[in-house]
Amino acid sequence: MIWGKIMWITKLQCLLLLTCAKMEQLWIINYTCMERTNVNNPEYYHKVVDCQYACPAHTPVPEYIRLIAAGKYTEAYMVNWESNVFPGVLGRTCDRPCEPACRRGRVEEEPVAICRLKRVAADHKSSIQHLLPSIPEQKNGKRVALVGGGPASLTVARDLAPLGYEIDLYDDQMKGGGMMRSQIPSFRLPAEVLDEEVDQILNLGISAHFNTRVNSLRDLMAKGYDAVFVGTGAPKGKDLEIPGRHDAGANIHIGIQWLASVAFEHIHQIGKKVIVLGGGNTAMDCCRTARRLGGEQVKVVVRSPFAEMKASPWEKEDAMHEDIPIIDNHVPKSFVVENGKLKGVMFEKVSPVYEDGKRKLKPTGEPDVLIEADDVLIAIGQENTFPWIERDLGLEFDQWGMPIINPHNFASTVKGVFFGGDAALGPKNIITAVAQGHEAAISIDLYCQGKDLNERLEPRTKLQSTKMGIHEWSYDNYVAADLRYAVPQADKSETLRDRKKEVELGFDLKTAFKEAQRCFNCDVQTVFADDKCIECDACMDICPTSCITFTYNEEDEAALRQKLLVPALNLEQDLLVSGPLKTGKVMVKDEDVCLHCGLCAERCPTAAWDMQKYLYNTAKAGHHCYV
Amino acid sequence: MSYTKPVFHHPHLTKNELGYTKKDYEGSLSTLCAGCGHDSISAAIVEACFELNIEPHRVAKLSGIGCSSKTPAYFLNNSHGFNSVHGRMPSIATGANLANRDLIYLGVSGDGDTASIGMGQFCHVIRRNLNMIYVVMNNGCYGLTKGQDSATADKGSKAKAGNVNPYEGIDLCGLAIELGATFVAQSFSGDKSQLIPILKAAMSHKGFALVNVISPCVTFNNNVGSTKSYDYVREHNESLGRVDFVPLGEEITTQYEAGEVKEVKLHNGSEVLFHKLRQDFDPENKIEVINALQKARSQNEILTGILYLDNSGVELNDLLNTTEVPLNQLSEKELCPGSAVLSEINQGYR
Ligand SMILES: Cc1cc2nc3c(=O)[nH]c(=O)nc-3n(C[C@H](O)[C@H](O)[C@H](O)COP(=O)(O)OP(=O)(O)OC[C@H]3O[C@@H](n4cnc5c(N)ncnc54)[C@H](O)[C@@H]3O)c2cc1C
Ligand SMILES: Cc1ncc(C[n+]2csc(CCOP(=O)(O)OP(=O)(O)O)c2C)c(N)n1
Ligand code: SF4
Ligand code: SF4
Ligand code: SF4
Ligand SMILES: [Mg+2]
Repeated sequence: MIWGKIMWITKLQCLLLLTCAKMEQLWIINYTCMERTNVNNPEYYHKVVDCQYACPAHTPVPEYIRLIAAGKYTEAYMVNWESNVFPGVLGRTCDRPCEPACRRGRVEEEPVAICRLKRVAADHKSSIQHLLPSIPEQKNGKRVALVGGGPASLTVARDLAPLGYEIDLYDDQMKGGGMMRSQIPSFRLPAEVLDEEVDQILNLGISAHFNTRVNSLRDLMAKGYDAVFVGTGAPKGKDLEIPGRHDAGANIHIGIQWLASVAFEHIHQIGKKVIVLGGGNTAMDCCRTARRLGGEQVKVVVRSPFAEMKASPWEKEDAMHEDIPIIDNHVPKSFVVENGKLKGVMFEKVSPVYEDGKRKLKPTGEPDVLIEADDVLIAIGQENTFPWIERDLGLEFDQWGMPIINPHNFASTVKGVFFGGDAALGPKNIITAVAQGHEAAISIDLYCQGKDLNERLEPRTKLQSTKMGIHEWSYDNYVAADLRYAVPQADKSETLRDRKKEVELGFDLKTAFKEAQRCFNCDVQTVFADDKCIECDACMDICPTSCITFTYNEEDEAALRQKLLVPALNLEQDLLVSGPLKTGKVMVKDEDVCLHCGLCAERCPTAAWDMQKYLYNTAKAGHHCYV
Repeated sequence: MSYTKPVFHHPHLTKNELGYTKKDYEGSLSTLCAGCGHDSISAAIVEACFELNIEPHRVAKLSGIGCSSKTPAYFLNNSHGFNSVHGRMPSIATGANLANRDLIYLGVSGDGDTASIGMGQFCHVIRRNLNMIYVVMNNGCYGLTKGQDSATADKGSKAKAGNVNPYEGIDLCGLAIELGATFVAQSFSGDKSQLIPILKAAMSHKGFALVNVISPCVTFNNNVGSTKSYDYVREHNESLGRVDFVPLGEEITTQYEAGEVKEVKLHNGSEVLFHKLRQDFDPENKIEVINALQKARSQNEILTGILYLDNSGVELNDLLNTTEVPLNQLSEKELCPGSAVLSEINQGYR
């Protein structure tokens, strides 16, 4: 007798459910179904913490946000410092891959202001000297050379120094920080903030050799280092070889070289009319810097449509706020030079056409346009160059001139030579350089101890109940409805006059608290104990975002996703599936839009749900624990 | 401890024909014990109203006293409500219904509120065939006053403290059929797939509709030995087969073999489909239904489903020929037509 829908139950359940035959309700036609979710895999709960999972260095974001809400800025700083090494810098400049990933953005309009909260911790911390790792007097006998003084090398230095390594750092600039110093303008990142965090590392007993360019890897290796780390970045700006390029060279500049010259005070001014070519973050820094050096009519001109520009939305906003128009769909054709003097740039107008998911820029047929300029800044990309690495050392390069690097352990094809940051896999950002620095440091440590580089260290994890009373939790489970708070900025009239004046003022502490309260605490996990569940449906009924469904299991995840209370269509988010329950059903939770409000646990009569805080820390070299 | 529900909901919640999501039918955060069966029934009411495209302002929620009678605060926040005194919900419902027959009257009561203090009111509201849904959240005890046995507790059922009930339990469904109820259903709070279509059918029925829902009290009556516990009800639930509710205008597309499904048309044109598990049972045959109920009782089985359905009853407003227009929409002149009309009426009683 077919009774409505066919249900799938497991063999085990069938034995338990002897009543089924009597009830004539369960028609057993298959024994297979989705497995119980393995929550013992450290990555399962990690993935639920969207921001932390998206962060290349896996910073425990909700942990530090809670500390900020509690006014514990020093502790919040140290949680960051362990993971990302430069909280003050990153709290102002990070590319923040965490924010587009933030769960809040899937439930309301805007994610939590994760990045700017980090800055609050950095700005309001007290002294951290006593919290920094101690450096052993007795060294471990291993010497490591770091080439380049950017975030990648500095991370390696920080991770290895406490383990007793002797470290020599070489950089051709006069101070440490790499592109954080030479490229990121002071109005976004004040020198004092950078100095503080660079010095924190250099003071761990690092021998820094500034103004020292490494011109030969062979010579360096001949100095008998046990390992060499290459963190030289992607120092070459792309040029734009179109007619006229070399006819007025003095007024046509490569963006990143120009920014470095400004940073090191070799350049102090620019013409009144400036064109910036390119649509990435470098272009945004160029145009805003030009506004501060005398540029009155500064325009960004970009090939692609506005929405597809590489620059982050907030960088574009900041540029436009400083009266810089962004002209899109214009392809530069030639530099127009009259009587040996630059007149401007000739552009062809295009419109985007999409074929097979690929974008093509098609000329519109309208007449070309001349945009006048006294100076042009070319900011169309960066490249790696390694002229100082001899090609007969056995260090292999690919067809694009990039070294062949193992993306997990960052080893090159020469034993003992490791890469990280922009030099390893191409230009990215600071937080990626840091993350790669950590991995390279682990590899260097393993290598120097004669261990296998692929025996990577496990993350440190801890799952702990937040239960304090019947319905009391040690975290604030109230879900604030506040919309994202904007970071206040200094007045434009002031910031445009002084290149070094920081534009963003940072959250005041009251606003920081309110912004911190917007965080859902996604690290407080909804942990389900099958054996305690009595299937009263209370959690399913109460869940404000319809995450929980009790239903019959399916063989196939896609089918199970479809039959949930609200179908689970976001495939990037996992399902938490219980084992078979007494009635033969399973509990399925779609992690997608869980608010971590704890209501399911509050409404559960048997504490089958518990709210448990999950701390996940990636391994650092030597399993060192900083906080 | 949370006191309010978060404002957020799933971004992909479906909307009904009125453009409302289920959220629009919800109430405040429940203060009942965690796991109380009553909360599941509230959730089923929310779902039923959402699916039926009921405008929340067309519902009047009425209740007495008890944990069960508190639940109207936890569903349909945008509807009318009246929390009356213990056992007196039927009187309030009768008064309101006679004054305005346009609303959907959803009465919520407990087994104590109904079968003890409110027994008289319960019997009379059935006799009168008042057009309402009368939901009993039946947990076999007085939950609100700490779990004393109620009149629906089965003889022999053991309470949490260990005492065994020496008295016969009242079968509300049997009684209601006896008293002429035109729609009688029994269900379990832990089986929404059955409860929701039953509630939808009850809300579409014209006349008195009793929905007696076994609803475990997790705090005082969910122990081993209790016949109203989650485990006991699940083990002894004898379903009469699935009921499907098919709203007016929706076609029945599935093909059924003869004798497998019984279709019953309701007054508003919607239909109830009975997927029959038993051949000895016809929901429109009172004698068969009473037999089945007695038989189930003797075998310690709990019969669930729509037990009885009679479409021929005349509801109270029609019987009394009351005004079609709600009193609150009549003018003063219509409401007080003057002494001439009054004396005419008085004349009629001479
Ligand atoms: C204009 C601009 C703005 C940017 N803004 C941001 C931002 O806001 N946020 C963000 O996250 N990222 C930003 N980036 C990217 C970021 O700066 C880099 O990804 C990051 O600094 C890379 O770090 P790294 O350690 O790999 O190398 P780098 O920071 O590039 O450091 C390499 C260092 O090595 C030195 N060096 C190179 N070759 C040698 C050699 N042979 N001998 C000795 N020294 C050598 C270089 O001079 C440099 O000091 C920006 C980049 C640019 C160009
Ligand atoms: C007139 C009057 N008598 C007694 C009470 C005490 N009292 C409150 S609730 C209740 C019984 C409620 O039982 P039930 O209707 O089954 O509701 P439950 O709490 O079990 O859902 C009693 C006796 C009262 N409130 N008013
Ligand atoms: S809500 Fe908080 S914990 Fe969740 S993803 Fe966003 S910042 Fe991270
Ligand atoms: S914590 Fe529980 S009730 Fe709250 S949103 Fe997540 S699953 Fe739903
Ligand atoms: S006492 Fe019983 S009926 Fe009342 S709320 Fe608690 S579980 Fe529900
Ligand atoms: Mg009761």
